[in-house]
Amino acid sequence: MQKSRVLVLILAALVLSLLPASAQAGGESLVVYSGRNETLIAPILAQFTEETGVAVQVVYGDTSAVANQILEEGANSPADVYIGQDAGALGALSKAGALALLPSDVLERVPAVFQSQQGEWVGLSARARVLVYNPTEVEALGLEMPQSILDLTNPEYAGLVGWAPANASFQSNVTAMRVLLGDDVTAQWLADMVANGAVSYGSSNTNLNLAVASGEVVFGITNHYYMHNLKKQDPALNLEQAVFPAGDAGSLVNIAGAGVLTTSSKPALAQRLILYLLGDNAQTYFTEQTSEYPLVEGIAVNEALIPLESIVQPAIDLSDLDDLQATLAMIEGSGALDQ
Amino acid sequence: MDVPFRSALRDFGPPSWRSGATAMRGLLQRHHWGLALLSLPVVASVVLPVGYLILRGLGAGEEAVEYLLSARTMTIVGNSLALAVAVAVAAVALGVPFAWLTTRTSLPYRRVWLVAGMLTMVIPSYLGAIAFAEVFGPVGTLRDLLAPLGVRRLPSLYGFFGAWVVLTLYTFPYVALPVRAALLRIDPAQEEAARMLGMNRWKAFFRVTLPQLRPALAAGVLLSMLYTLSDFGVVMVLRFNAFTRAIYTTYNSTFDRERAALLALMLIALTAVLVWIERRAGRQVTTYRHQGQTARKSSPVPLGRWTIPSLILCAMLVLTGVGVPVLVLSGWAFDPNLTSPIPLELELLVAQSVGVSAFTALFVAIGGTPIALLASRSASRISRLIVGASYFGNVLPGLVVGLALVYFAANYMPFIYQTIPLLVLGYGVRFLPYSVSATRSALSMISPRLNEAARTLGCSEVEATRRITFPLARAGVFAGMALVALSAMKELPTTLLLAPIGFKNLVTRLWTGYEAATFALVGWPGLMLLAASAVTLLILLWQED
Repeated sequence: MQKSRVLVLILAALVLSLLPASAQAGGESLVVYSGRNETLIAPILAQFTEETGVAVQVVYGDTSAVANQILEEGANSPADVYIGQDAGALGALSKAGALALLPSDVLERVPAVFQSQQGEWVGLSARARVLVYNPTEVEALGLEMPQSILDLTNPEYAGLVGWAPANASFQSNVTAMRVLLGDDVTAQWLADMVANGAVSYGSSNTNLNLAVASGEVVFGITNHYYMHNLKKQDPALNLEQAVFPAGDAGSLVNIAGAGVLTTSSKPALAQRLILYLLGDNAQTYFTEQTSEYPLVEGIAVNEALIPLESIVQPAIDLSDLDDLQATLAMIEGSGALDQ
Repeated sequence: MDVPFRSALRDFGPPSWRSGATAMRGLLQRHHWGLALLSLPVVASVVLPVGYLILRGLGAGEEAVEYLLSARTMTIVGNSLALAVAVAVAAVALGVPFAWLTTRTSLPYRRVWLVAGMLTMVIPSYLGAIAFAEVFGPVGTLRDLLAPLGVRRLPSLYGFFGAWVVLTLYTFPYVALPVRAALLRIDPAQEEAARMLGMNRWKAFFRVTLPQLRPALAAGVLLSMLYTLSDFGVVMVLRFNAFTRAIYTTYNSTFDRERAALLALMLIALTAVLVWIERRAGRQVTTYRHQGQTARKSSPVPLGRWTIPSLILCAMLVLTGVGVPVLVLSGWAFDPNLTSPIPLELELLVAQSVGVSAFTALFVAIGGTPIALLASRSASRISRLIVGASYFGNVLPGLVVGLALVYFAANYMPFIYQTIPLLVLGYGVRFLPYSVSATRSALSMISPRLNEAARTLGCSEVEATRRITFPLARAGVFAGMALVALSAMKELPTTLLLAPIGFKNLVTRLWTGYEAATFALVGWPGLMLLAASAVTLLILLWQED
């Protein structure tokens, strides 16, 4: 009997030890649903907590999944702020009426092209879609560099191209292709890519970049900053990147952005977080630590990056990338997710 | 009070050959309805979410049928079945020799190999997959070692091949253990007789021993196939589109809940068919032995010149299954060059993992006790149904349990959605059978005559239970609880789906780290889980004795 009482006490202590994690409701707190990976966004959220005393609880997941989770939760959603890694998911939320109008002091900080036309979401940082490649392998195999994202279906690249079809940035890129080239061409491209043996890295751009660096595949369509961040850890990484020539559907400049949920009971606090993420400190963090492009004027851009001016965007309005569901259905239908 | 007990005694014949459980059946007949009522909420929480999944999936109507019959679904069914069959075949090919070597032969250090082989069974297979990809991937560590020889890339580990190899390594004990138990039971006199009649050792094994191993083989094949079908981590890491991966991608990347539910239902159906086939195949076998006698110990077969190859086989299994993950995870844990932009917070992760697991064990032990009592005391149809339903969670893939609870809670229990209690419930559904069977076997070992003696000495029935039954059952119950806690600590898919906002434990941290290729976050949590695996093995061995 004695022993079992001790055990019960230990168990009770363990259970109590869990409570602080779920009941940190002492001061002000916010719930953030983040489609950005924890390793990219958590440090700056921690700084926000440190400076303001506002506790931030975060749900991490894939950008489209978290956006859909908010829609599914509807009026019961505990989320105050949504952070996504592309304009498409933000647009989809906005279209569904889930995002509240942001105040002008938030909107003023960001150029108009990097925010929603209605003012329901803002970009926090910009990222470019690029083609990463392994220079050694390209040379060894005697390959020409592809001149368009559409070239990747050519037989000479069979089995050599990696992608991350479950990643939101890729999904947004597909939406952009649909807007620019039409649904038929895009669906055909997806099917041709699958048929050409494109190698899927699920939702992980990091794994895709590492695979290119190691020669597992030769090319990868991805965001620009993964290479930079990986090279910070290992400068010798055998990885380069190129931008598709002017106006190609594969050279989209997209944003990671945020919005406040209409269901949030603390919109003012939520706006404060977004304003913090647009502050000089956070903007510098985004360009220095995550190697993205800052969106607020006057912040020095990380010198390692290709200058944003030299990337010629296709003629597209980021607010037009909101048809996420149809894109997801098209990607699912192509079999890209099943590889 | 005394009267029904005595009449029960008469009904069950002379005490000499009655097991404790049978006699208790009579003793507590009148409590069965109470026990059944106490068991119902637990069983309901196992069955209801799955029932809801079925309703939700079939709610799609004609579209559901169309989707279930679509080429995509059929490919997934084909992939899963092919993998499950291939793993089972390979597990038999490895498991039967392994069982025979560690049971019947002069293999040096037999017990050591046996325990090391069992260890592969309790190591989470996702850790194995992560380590295998690191070492044997097309451009992994092994390629680096072979690079001076001009090797540019190894054949791809991704897809069917890698999933097959890794799952086989982590499931062969599911075949080896039941086969070993059967080998220990079989009377060696028959083989000896066959050999005296002129058969050689091989022929005697195939003609005499193997047929008697059939139920054990059927059970082992079923277990390894069920494991393969429900495994999530291996097919995710090694990118093979079996059911669990397809369900997760459908749920997580396209967030198509109806389709995810439909795929999950299909997986349940496949599982049910397997269980049904095994039930039928396992039945019609006779074990030839004089009744009531235990088998004589056979003299070990001398391996002779086969000793070295046998040792190599065993060493290969252990080195790849146990050595590879230990080395890879240690490499990451102790590499000072690995950095992470977010802190590891190992103490917090351990505390949360242990805390939630301990809570689960307590919850499951309390919930499972009436069911275990019912199982050991009553054989009525109702009680068999309740006990059977409580075992349901163990054949359900963790991913399906997670999905079912997410859907069910979001719709009918919003107060519990995104909370730790829901996570505990998810683990509970999965691991309730461990607790029930441990408690049940502990109870059935206790002779009712002890209670009877206490009663004659003037104890009330409640007091006798408290002072006799409970202390005697305690060790078994605690072992069951520990097994539940350790299993919960290592569970991947249920945790990924049900972990509430902001909740981190070893498993979630390791998975985030793996997905972001931030291996500083993978090493230590992985090693902690390996340590938990070692403890699990100790508990399993202790329970055996």
